[in-house]
Amino acid sequence: MAKKMTEEQARAYWHRNLALMLKLLIVWFVVSFGCGILLVDALNQFQIGGYKLGFWFAQQGAIYVFVVLIFIYRWRMAVLDREFDVEED
Amino acid sequence: MELQTLTYLVVGFTFSIYIGIAIWSRAGSTKEFYVAGGGIHPVANGMATAADWMSAASFIGMAGLIAYMGYGGSVFLMGWTGGFVILALLLAPYLRKYGKFTVPEFIGDRFYSRTARAVAVLCLIICSTTYVIGQMKGIGVAFSRFLEVDYNIGLLIGMCIVFFYAVLGGMKGITYTQIAQYCVLILAYTIPAIFISLQLTGNPIPQLGLGSTLASTDTYLLDKLDQMVMDIGFHEYTTDVRLSKLNMFAYTASLMIGTAGLPHVIIRFFTVPRVRDARSSAGWALVFIAILYTTAPAVAGMARLNLMQTIEPEPGQYLQYEDRPEWFRNWETTGLLEFEDKNNDGDMYYSANPQTNELVTVDPDIIVLANPEIAQLPNWVIALVAAGGLAAALSTAAGLLLAISSAISHDLLKGMIRPGISEKNELLASRVAMAVTIVGAGYLGFNPPDFAAGTVALAFGLAASSIFPVLMMGIFSSRVNKEGAIAGMLAGLGVTLFYVFQHKGIMFVASTAFLGDMPENWFLGIEPNAFGAVGALVNFAVAFGVTAVTQAPPAEVRELVQHIRVPAGAEAAVDH
Repeated sequence: MAKKMTEEQARAYWHRNLALMLKLLIVWFVVSFGCGILLVDALNQFQIGGYKLGFWFAQQGAIYVFVVLIFIYRWRMAVLDREFDVEED
Repeated sequence: MELQTLTYLVVGFTFSIYIGIAIWSRAGSTKEFYVAGGGIHPVANGMATAADWMSAASFIGMAGLIAYMGYGGSVFLMGWTGGFVILALLLAPYLRKYGKFTVPEFIGDRFYSRTARAVAVLCLIICSTTYVIGQMKGIGVAFSRFLEVDYNIGLLIGMCIVFFYAVLGGMKGITYTQIAQYCVLILAYTIPAIFISLQLTGNPIPQLGLGSTLASTDTYLLDKLDQMVMDIGFHEYTTDVRLSKLNMFAYTASLMIGTAGLPHVIIRFFTVPRVRDARSSAGWALVFIAILYTTAPAVAGMARLNLMQTIEPEPGQYLQYEDRPEWFRNWETTGLLEFEDKNNDGDMYYSANPQTNELVTVDPDIIVLANPEIAQLPNWVIALVAAGGLAAALSTAAGLLLAISSAISHDLLKGMIRPGISEKNELLASRVAMAVTIVGAGYLGFNPPDFAAGTVALAFGLAASSIFPVLMMGIFSSRVNKEGAIAGMLAGLGVTLFYVFQHKGIMFVASTAFLGDMPENWFLGIEPNAFGAVGALVNFAVAFGVTAVTQAPPAEVRELVQHIRVPAGAEAAVDH
């Protein structure tokens, strides 16, 4: 069982969590709304295999990135939980 | 073997598995009934969440819509998967830490108000019920098509099956059954896709096949498809924007936050043992969903190509109606596929021009079901697809029914009307509530209201505009108070409902009616299905505005918010 956190520690933990979240959500936004919708025409000038790049992001790439993002969050938060000693048993 | 016999065998076999699991995993306590005892492994929970989440709309409807919309169909792909990122980062871990049974319970505690809880129950019941009607209809249609029984009898069989395992097993039975249903539906979706990808491109992986060259040529499949649809006057497949970029943006956002706000998906994260399991559970759910969602664009593109090559085998040379294949005849009898020989030459002429186009009806919903027949795959694959469609519809219906019954028995009955109710009676009440809900949803399924087609989108818009914003504000702000939350929920729900009803006329006519003059009246050109995103913004704005001019929440609420933000000391989901 973890020890009780001080208020300061709790605030620091929360801010680290928010900073991580923000970074990941920026990537989330860029691959879907960015590459998949807003910038799609520019990206479509490039190809990977038979896919136009923008089309690929919208129908394939964004989904793969989403999966990776969640697992990165899980991994980084596990590290953070250990650092602040708020891990569950 | 006869297709009919095979279908009975495969569907019968999968159903006996579901029922067997239900008997083996009967729920004995309210905790087992609502949150499966809080002891489901995250990978298993991810699989169950995937089945819960992917409904008949994902399995049967989505690929057909993409085949028809091309690039514009990407809103479904990104919207319905991107929501899990929001869920995993912004909601699931904190709601798990809070550790109660239902979504309205959290809203009631965080906003220290029974009224807030009651409003949340109202939002939940409205959006889950609209969703469940769509599933019931899907079950009825699938049964009637594949078992060749009357639609009403099909629906009745479906109701009995759901009744049996959801009422008996509660969340525990539902979770284990959904794992089996996931396996059935993902096999049923990917096996035909692999066969078709192999046939067309020689690459067995559909995700790669769609980006490959056609077998024994140098032409990319997508280039060929673009060429073919443009030749007959459609917009290029890979760049066909849905109405406008802004509309696609709003549509995607609406589906994403709707996903994160759907109560039957959120309660799944109450079933895992720890906060970090809630984080990984969302990740696993998305892995299992992504298998289907990255296959869907391949199914869509290849089905469109196959369909067009069947109709026009050589450029300018059309198939004679007399020579139409067996599957075409089968689907003609359902009325979902229609041919009209406008110039009486016997040719099947397919074009974007409604004046001369002779393929007058191609319902997008038949694409996935007809796909194995179009590609001439063996009968057992077709039987498997039928079982998969039923698994998708049944698993989602069960999850929705559980969310509704727990809101009624736990939030309304125990939380407000009779707080002293014993666990045994609460369990009985939730089973009765579920039974009543099934009968109610079944009744609406027998007499589907006009809005059947728009119900799923409506459910998402309502979840996005009412439930998601208050949950987020409840976690990320300790300042938003009960007045703000109640006003926000009602404003978000109200604006979305108002907009959808105002334009109801459009949604009720077949999808082709989008060319009517109504789009000019749309707010910034945003279609009603995409309006949940705007409703959510209204919800946030109203909540913050009202909070600013009313009293700050009490100190206990600030403590509750601090408490849910840190994982340590997360007990298993507990009752008061």
